[in-house]
Amino acid sequence: MPVRKVMKANEAAAWAAKLAKPKVIAAFPITPSTLVPEKISEFVANGELDAEFIKVESEHSAISACVGASAAGVRTFTATASQGLALMHEVLFIAAGMRLPIVIAVGNRALSAPINIWNDWQDSISERDTGWLQFYAENNQEALDLILAAFKVAEDERVLLPAMVGFDAFILTHTVEPVEIPDQEAVDEFLGEYEPKHAYLDPSRPITQGTLAFPAHYMEARYTVWEANENARKVIDEVFAEFEKKFGRKYSKIEEYRTDDADIILITMGSLAGTVKEYVDALREKGVKVGAAKITVYRPFPMDEIREIAGKAKVLAILEKDVTFSVGGALFQDVSRTLINEEEKPKVIDFILGLGGRDVTFENLDEVLSISKKALDGEKVDEVNWIGLRKEIL
Amino acid sequence: MAVRKPPITTREYWAPGHAACAGCGPAILMKLATKAFSEAMEEKYGDPNAFAIAHATGCMEVVSAVFPYTAWKAPWIHVAFENAAAAASGVDAAWKKLGRKGKILVFGGDGGTADIGLQALSGMLERRHNAVYIMYDNEAYMNTGIQRSSSTPYGAWTTTSPPGKYSIGEDKPKKWVALIAAAHQIPYVATATIGNAFDVITKVKKAAKVDGPAFIQVLATCPTGWKSPLEKTVEIARLAAETGVWPLFEIENGDFHNIKIQPPGGGAKVKREGGRVVAIEFKKPIEEYLKLQGRFKHLFRKPEAIDQLREQIKAMWKVLGVEVTLPKPEE
Ligand SMILES: Cc1ncc(C[n+]2csc(CCOP(=O)(O)OP(=O)(O)O)c2C)c(N)n1
Ligand code: SF4
Repeated sequence: MPVRKVMKANEAAAWAAKLAKPKVIAAFPITPSTLVPEKISEFVANGELDAEFIKVESEHSAISACVGASAAGVRTFTATASQGLALMHEVLFIAAGMRLPIVIAVGNRALSAPINIWNDWQDSISERDTGWLQFYAENNQEALDLILAAFKVAEDERVLLPAMVGFDAFILTHTVEPVEIPDQEAVDEFLGEYEPKHAYLDPSRPITQGTLAFPAHYMEARYTVWEANENARKVIDEVFAEFEKKFGRKYSKIEEYRTDDADIILITMGSLAGTVKEYVDALREKGVKVGAAKITVYRPFPMDEIREIAGKAKVLAILEKDVTFSVGGALFQDVSRTLINEEEKPKVIDFILGLGGRDVTFENLDEVLSISKKALDGEKVDEVNWIGLRKEIL
Repeated sequence: MAVRKPPITTREYWAPGHAACAGCGPAILMKLATKAFSEAMEEKYGDPNAFAIAHATGCMEVVSAVFPYTAWKAPWIHVAFENAAAAASGVDAAWKKLGRKGKILVFGGDGGTADIGLQALSGMLERRHNAVYIMYDNEAYMNTGIQRSSSTPYGAWTTTSPPGKYSIGEDKPKKWVALIAAAHQIPYVATATIGNAFDVITKVKKAAKVDGPAFIQVLATCPTGWKSPLEKTVEIARLAAETGVWPLFEIENGDFHNIKIQPPGGGAKVKREGGRVVAIEFKKPIEEYLKLQGRFKHLFRKPEAIDQLREQIKAMWKVLGVEVTLPKPEE
């Protein structure tokens, strides 16, 4: 029987790792995700998880060891955040290019300078072009569930790509919530054991991994990563459907919330989606036709789903905790690109907020709404808006 | 007719058809080391193939694994420049969990070992992974076109340490990674040169047979980067030992008090005290080694620079507890 326990998202991630039974874990501590390797160490120390835990000397080595282990043919897992993920950057491309289904739990945190340990999404957003699949959790339950789902998608033969699952620093990593821990048996059935067919270091059938490719082959290699990302769209739907059947919790690449008859739809990710849904409820009470959409899967970017949502509203307000300098935010860019060739398209307005752990309040969302309403009324508004910025201290 | 047993296995793991330059010293090492490793695996685990290779980016990696070809007849992985040791750590951990008997052989150039990869190497050694790290030391970054590394010797020309009006070439003494490795108190550390194949074989086998990590720093001539004659690759490497430029030693379990110094050959006179080598009188001047290489050509216009190099070599030997006499060439 599944049990319910009150825990932080970091613990939920460690539990997910325990349930997935990776054979090798390599990790290096960084706030806010330090508890993940700590908890896993405990599991290993108590014999609750039969894995090699490599206490590496850096994140660069953590992900490099994961690549080595995954290439040797075993399920691998690590956790990090912020500077740690940035230090992995080089090897993230390699893991995707070598088609190794490693899973990373990311406690989404801002990047230096100035040093800041609190939440935004700049760390994993900055890795969006590495070829990794990206999932974002709204709450601690989702952190656990999405890690399990991520393993299954990553290891699917049509995909074979690494995946990262993000959950917001402190808002989730350090906040306790009830989390249902699925049965080990059910997880075993859902995931199965990882059996490598393409990546193994086996002396009885030696293969060469991580070669050099001349211009005659490099593009094709990159294309297969593209193709795998495309394939992942369908595989994710299948895996989410199976997940629901097995564990009773429903996931989709994008979750819509009160979008029918909405003029304005607020699109966001992570824990902010929870806040935004509450806000939508409050406004609906007042008769404002507003809805929300939460992006659970950011890579592959759910373009069809975005188009469908776009058909329902006149204004899409993008709320994001990241910056792509001179353009706006990454999500804004992705949504805009998705709609570029549509005959009828809503206005897309970007709102950058909550950077470095700044609270996103209902007052902030009022500002978002007021700008969105102006756009709805045909008034000209800025495409990119920094919400909650303390202009007085600039 | 009795058939003599070959001195080393005829099994090949480094296949012909790789793309290394003619006369490449590291390529010789790849062949020797994998053969020796295989023999050790046979003796240790009863399976000559019980190993996998992890490689750092560098010459030996790019010349051996150009898709869709491979020169490797053993399971082989390359991840990046600085992380061969970390990747090997992962492979070792995975093999442990898979219950696979065997050992990991890691190859890295001097750049990938002494510079950018030093942290990962230290991590691998400290964690006692079951891996042998072989640093093929061609004393510069050759893959990117001969830039200096911290393992480039004093006075050497490279594209980033060019001699000029205000420069003698490389202006720092060589970094000895073998000593750094030994400081981790791992079971086995050694130095070697490709000038003596049997020595390489012996040491690789020894390294492979210990439980836990081992490290070997092997001087490997690079005719392209050293501007040396192709046919003298082996001779030059041997001269490095015979002139005292390259000390040959073994350190077990980080016991610096019992460094095993090997006789360098070339007619050098070795003085022992209680079985320990305390002094070596070299017969061949270092100039014999230097003059065969274009990278040192400019030094001959500045003999005081060669003297400086001589002093550095003496100092290195002193660290090893050996007083050396390095002769000057006869006028
Ligand atoms: C992070 C990073 N920096 C730089 C490079 C470029 N690079 C590739 S190989 C190499 C030099 C390799 O030198 P060394 O390790 O001495 O091996 P060799 O080429 O001499 O065999 C460099 C600088 C790289 N691949 N990765
Ligand atoms: S440049 Fe030197 S090390 Fe590289 S392949 Fe040629 S000879 Fe060998």
